[in-house]
Amino acid sequence: MSKFKLIEEKFFRVLMFLATCLIAFALCLIIFSILYKGIPSISWEMLTQTPKGGFYFGKEGGILNAIIGSLYLSIGATILAFIIGLPVALYMNIFLIKHKKLINIIRFFLDLLWGVPSIVYGAFGFTMMIFFGIKTSLLAGIIVVTLFIIPIMVRAIDEVLKTVPVGLLEASLSLGSTKSETAYRVFFKQCIPGIITAVLLSFGRAIGDAASVLFTTGYTDHIPTSLSQPTATLPLSIFFQLTSPIPEVQNRAYASAVVLTVIILIISILSRIFSKKFQKNQINF
Amino acid sequence: MNNKPKIKIQDLNLYIGKHHILKNINTQIPEKKVTVILGPSGCGKTTLMKSMNRLTDLYPEIKINGKIIIDNENILNTKQNISKLRQKMGLLSQRPYPLPMSIYNNVSYGLKINKKWKKKEIEKKVEHYLKQVALWDEVKDRLKEPASRLSIGQQQRLCLARGLAVDPEIILADEPTSALDPISSQVIEEKFAELKKDYTIVHVTHILRQAKRIADYVVFMYMGEVIEQGTATEIFENPQKNKTKSYLKGLFY
Amino acid sequence: MLICLILVIILPFVLGIGLYLKSTLLLEKVSIFNLLFSSEWKPLSGKFGFLSFIISSLWVTIFALLIAGPICLLSAIHLTQYAKSYVLRIMHPVIDILAGIPSVIYGVWGILVIVPLISKYIGPFFGKEISGYSILSGAIVLSIMIIPFILNILIEVFKTIPDELAEASLSLGASKWQTIKFVLIKKAFPGIVSALGLGLSRAFGETIAVLMVVGNVAKIPKGVFQPGYPLPALIANNYGEMLSIPMYDSALMLAALVLFVVVLIFNFASRLTIIRMERNL
Repeated sequence: MSKFKLIEEKFFRVLMFLATCLIAFALCLIIFSILYKGIPSISWEMLTQTPKGGFYFGKEGGILNAIIGSLYLSIGATILAFIIGLPVALYMNIFLIKHKKLINIIRFFLDLLWGVPSIVYGAFGFTMMIFFGIKTSLLAGIIVVTLFIIPIMVRAIDEVLKTVPVGLLEASLSLGSTKSETAYRVFFKQCIPGIITAVLLSFGRAIGDAASVLFTTGYTDHIPTSLSQPTATLPLSIFFQLTSPIPEVQNRAYASAVVLTVIILIISILSRIFSKKFQKNQINF
Repeated sequence: MNNKPKIKIQDLNLYIGKHHILKNINTQIPEKKVTVILGPSGCGKTTLMKSMNRLTDLYPEIKINGKIIIDNENILNTKQNISKLRQKMGLLSQRPYPLPMSIYNNVSYGLKINKKWKKKEIEKKVEHYLKQVALWDEVKDRLKEPASRLSIGQQQRLCLARGLAVDPEIILADEPTSALDPISSQVIEEKFAELKKDYTIVHVTHILRQAKRIADYVVFMYMGEVIEQGTATEIFENPQKNKTKSYLKGLFY
Repeated sequence: MLICLILVIILPFVLGIGLYLKSTLLLEKVSIFNLLFSSEWKPLSGKFGFLSFIISSLWVTIFALLIAGPICLLSAIHLTQYAKSYVLRIMHPVIDILAGIPSVIYGVWGILVIVPLISKYIGPFFGKEISGYSILSGAIVLSIMIIPFILNILIEVFKTIPDELAEASLSLGASKWQTIKFVLIKKAFPGIVSALGLGLSRAFGETIAVLMVVGNVAKIPKGVFQPGYPLPALIANNYGEMLSIPMYDSALMLAALVLFVVVLIFNFASRLTIIRMERNL
């Protein structure tokens, strides 16, 4: 009987090892396929020109419209989410610190919000747009994406602030003078890398999401010059151009995929570096 | 030491990463007596005990040299199945850790692991061991209930019954009463006094009073080393080393 | 600060109410029962039966879970019980990057790799001639997308089980594998279920990647090799025609509302179970 058990254990150990390898392999495969297909399409023209002759049919030009559009959109949404989200996280961790139960309820709430699919935000945004008479535009996109990433921003910053002990925060904010100023500066220095990680994380989600911008930003060949104009985004650039019958247009889609993937990888690496810094500088009380 | 040693530990050195946790341990645990490993918190007594049934295998950062000889077999270097060896020793931890199953299944777990028993035989054994720890009357009507519903004192007795059910020769107890109320503690101590007729008991504690109550032999440890060892009378009434004297006076814990 | 907090708190309610209000137009005309259980989808004739979409969603989601679940459980056990500690440290960035890859990129990869794989190798192996755009493709792509979420939670769950429990089992003579089978997995069980629940809700709401590989044919799929049309894809594909056909927008908003509610319920139940489990440890 024990022989059988040994075989069973060996079998599952191999299976478990394979499972882990499979996951690592999947990541490599994904990144490799995207780069393999897309890098040939990357050229200086591709990155610096907008599509000529219509994004779906035009053979000339590149994806600058999507790159700039995405940057405008994501940076705008991230800034807005930060302005709204940071106070919320601060409020939770400072003023509400005595009401543990309330904080946990809010955290639970935010976790629930985090799970809402972006298409729901998109659909809702679309209805609001019609209601308020806003056309598909950069502004509409920024608003919807902001709503979408607020839970992420708040929770991520909250996780950072959570680690600072109560007394320090209270002391520094309520006194606001010499001794606590040093404490304030010290703990702030501690938190900044973590907050930067939170911002990067939100930015990554904002720039990569397609469903929330599908209804709200429209799509265009041009780089938007005002908030009320529609704009192209990298995810939609992939989505709309991938199915074009014209290979040059398809290549634009693959190039967008490469650009987007590279941006995400850079964000991942940066946020790892910052969160390592955060952990290193943490004073353990 | 007149009695036949059940466990002989020779030149044992244990490292966790770079830290030298157990330093040149040389000691013997006599058969069918209560041996108390005494010492302040952090002196390595729990680690020493865990190395006796090779629970230290669970932690890859731990490196061990030396010999631990049980029944003429160096268990650190044995070719035998380690699970069989572990069954020679029952473990009682500081806090009771009932397995996530019914009371009945907790006790029969060790039995079912390696051998196929008839249902009637298992039932008899479960009853026997629960009676041995004075738990039978309290739980006989709810054997199928999850063990987590018992009180802490009852859980610890359950863990004792569970450990006895695999018919060990040695009982390793790591501060088994530290989480219990005085009455449950007393029950456990009384059980140990009865059990030592049939089992070799190694009892780790840092509570001096408890050690004085139950010990036949004492191994006093400090900072990973064995400072002094001998019969309870020798150690408590006539300690030789200064550290032992200081500890017994209550100068540090 | 307080204003911001209030804004954030009322957000989900506003979302829900907004969607609901938009759907009432349709709900007044047709009962919710009819909408959910009819498979007739002819918007031009005013027929809005969501059944085929709901079933497609269920197929893709459940299959994705069937693929991702065992892989994640096996991997979590491997990483927390058997592998050397540096392996877990390497896997953390791998998991984080997988979690951060945008939906569209998964979609592109699905079209590049998975769809041809199915149409050229797996399909013919089963004797089917198919385009590759199918429930199976959707499920495979989706499963990889939800793996990081499920795996992270499972790793946490196994890490919080006290070592002493494993020690107790080992000292009774059980082997490491027996300990895992009979003790650890049992102890982790509520956490495992929650992790799967969260994975399910993530899968259910995933839009773009699935849409790109699943075929988008509005019929109840009869097998994994057939195309499907999950609920989020429905909303995404038709927002253009929404306004030109009467009550179409109402229908799509209702679909969004259903999605919202289902995801919320699964999230709520899963997270509550995890909290309860942590309390009981």
